[in-house]
Amino acid sequence: MTYARRAFIVLWKDLLIEWRSKEQANALLFFCLLLLFLFQFALGPDSERLAAALPGLLWLGFILAGLLGLGRSFLGERENDCWEGLRLTPGDKSAIYLGKLLGNCVLMTAVEIILAILFIVFYNVDLWTPAAPLALVMVLGTIGLAAVGTLFAAMTTQVRARELLFPVLLLPVQVPVLLATVSATQALLLGQPLADVAHWLKLLAGADVVYVTIGLLTFEFVLEG
Amino acid sequence: MITARELRKTYGSNCALDGVSFELGAGQCLALLGPNGAGKTTLLRILSTLLRPTSGALRVGDADALREPERVRALIGMVAHGSHVYEDLTARENLRFWETMRGGDAAPGRLAAALAQVELDPVANERVRTFSAGMKRRLGLARVLLARARVLLLDEPFTGLDRRGRKWLNEFLLAFKASGGAAVVATHSFGGGLGVADRVGILGGGRLLLDRPAADLSPDALHRLYESLTDSVEGAP
Repeated sequence: MTYARRAFIVLWKDLLIEWRSKEQANALLFFCLLLLFLFQFALGPDSERLAAALPGLLWLGFILAGLLGLGRSFLGERENDCWEGLRLTPGDKSAIYLGKLLGNCVLMTAVEIILAILFIVFYNVDLWTPAAPLALVMVLGTIGLAAVGTLFAAMTTQVRARELLFPVLLLPVQVPVLLATVSATQALLLGQPLADVAHWLKLLAGADVVYVTIGLLTFEFVLEG
Repeated sequence: MITARELRKTYGSNCALDGVSFELGAGQCLALLGPNGAGKTTLLRILSTLLRPTSGALRVGDADALREPERVRALIGMVAHGSHVYEDLTARENLRFWETMRGGDAAPGRLAAALAQVELDPVANERVRTFSAGMKRRLGLARVLLARARVLLLDEPFTGLDRRGRKWLNEFLLAFKASGGAAVVATHSFGGGLGVADRVGILGGGRLLLDRPAADLSPDALHRLYESLTDSVEGAP
């Protein structure tokens, strides 16, 4: 019970601070808009090219926005030595990781929803018909991305070259998640049923379990430095 | 309550702490004086279990701090430069967060009582971003009060405080000692903490150059000793 309370209070704290400061939300919203403009210029009005590139573009947007948001998720802990305060709290430190992970998942999901809506508006694509199976892929992909991202953000937050190091560490580890999410999204947008992408979903679920477990088991060592 | 034996901390060839030993009982306060770079913060970080010494032994309460840091963390309260506060949370929300993280009772009544004790109850619902340095430090002390810490570690607590703030902190420390707690106060100024200290230690070059009962030292004598001891360390090759 104490573990759940501790994880929840970290989630509550992160969301409340974000709600009040809106630091990440504002930056990510403008970043999403910029991405869409860039994609529009790069692809032009050719709808066939757009349809072929859409799954990749969608996840490229999610991942770039995720990189931006996840990389900052522990920066707030550096202010006023809160990082050390967290180290000094007795008890299982993985609760902190779990709370941070949930907070990152909530923020990333919010950004992904906004980005998906912008894709519909900008490119006139139909994301409504496969909305339910697409949401499942998004949830599984988001957990995988956030699980590793939260851990690596903690690892790099005390490092001077963290902006460089964070994506360099994160992206290679994310290959299974990227492969599965883009492939599953492509199949779903082509109108294939959910059963046809079951193998990708299994890969995603497996990667999520592995990444979250590693995060929970290793976070204490990362926090203690 | 604290027993430190030959604590040593090195960073490569640089020795930040060189064989520091002392004992501090319940209800006592040790004021650690020393110039910048003397090793005060390193010593406090080792006492708080944030930093592991290169060698030496440390017991806090009945726990071995090097083997059982989690048990020590349940006993100590630390208020360092940053005070461990989130600027975009209110004072009450900060206390709620840290008390829940500690696994304690974050009932509104307890939080209100702690805030009243550090005289922050009128600003309980204001964001910490608007607080002065002294108010943030008092909020840090409220966190320590809630945690019922038995050992208080304060790093330069008087810096940035006005006369009223210093008086308040001295009274707080007296009350903490009277409740049986032990406190270590690191400072580089003679203005704060000495009035409530039972013992005075002078750190220089990573070594504890002096550890005497405060009652044995007049302010003038302490000043002279401090200057001669720290000058001799700074002049040493």
